[in-house]
Amino acid sequence: MAELQEELKEKIIEQLSLEDVEVSEIGNDDPLFGDGLGLDSIDALELIVLLEKDYGIKLKDPKEGKAIFESINVMADYISKNRTK
Amino acid sequence: MEQQYYITSFCSIKNNKISKNGELLYSDDNSDSIKDFAKGIYKFLELKYPKFHKMDELCKLSFLASEVLLSDQLEVSEDTALVLANRASSLDTDRKHQDTIKDRENYFPSPAVFVYTLPNIMMGEISIRHQLKSENAFFVKKAFDAKFLTTYSRVLLDTNKASNVICGWVDLDNDKYDVFLAFISRNGEKLLSKEQLNNFYKS
Repeated sequence: MAELQEELKEKIIEQLSLEDVEVSEIGNDDPLFGDGLGLDSIDALELIVLLEKDYGIKLKDPKEGKAIFESINVMADYISKNRTK
Repeated sequence: MEQQYYITSFCSIKNNKISKNGELLYSDDNSDSIKDFAKGIYKFLELKYPKFHKMDELCKLSFLASEVLLSDQLEVSEDTALVLANRASSLDTDRKHQDTIKDRENYFPSPAVFVYTLPNIMMGEISIRHQLKSENAFFVKKAFDAKFLTTYSRVLLDTNKASNVICGWVDLDNDKYDVFLAFISRNGEKLLSKEQLNNFYKS
């Protein structure tokens, strides 16, 4: 799980162009939206694409993302249980 | 009698250089890409605006030019209008978007790329940064048109639609870029005319 968590942090920084953020600065329980990394609605859509492209997970309802993208821990747990690649 | 307006300041980004009022601020002949060049300017200006890194290159160039243009303004009036033009529209980003959708077997359009497939997003980014709630207009033209920009800016000021106008040219196509922004106001030393605007653009 730790490996997936690190992988997700790297992908999020790369995919969402968080150039001022280091992997070490993202805590596993930090909120990704709001006061955490300060991601916005376009970032949420980008994460939905990332789930499908890299892990073969297609969300039926984009609103599901709100719970899944709560933190790195929650996201990694969801991916490990639902990934198809 | 025609009301007189002034070109208070102007900023150019061309040939690996950024200048303000004709004076060189920063140059970089080593960057391999516009992305790296823009990042160099961002660091040089000591900006702290994470959203900059999410912008496409066209928006980055217009954003940086507006930062320099407005750097000596204590406060930017929220009714400062924006009138921009270019030749290639958002073609640079349109191509990147096209690359993500051309393969039906590998079809993953990026929302973060797609949102920049309109050139007037440049004005949105500048407006968000400076909290402008103003008139804005974007035009696609064959070349820099000082007469058009001068006339349009005059109309906005004559009709009190704006207290100031940022007008200019922000063009990017295949790593070739040409950026010129001018701040037009009711006070200053350099009278606004199409000849003067053209001279500053060519300087």
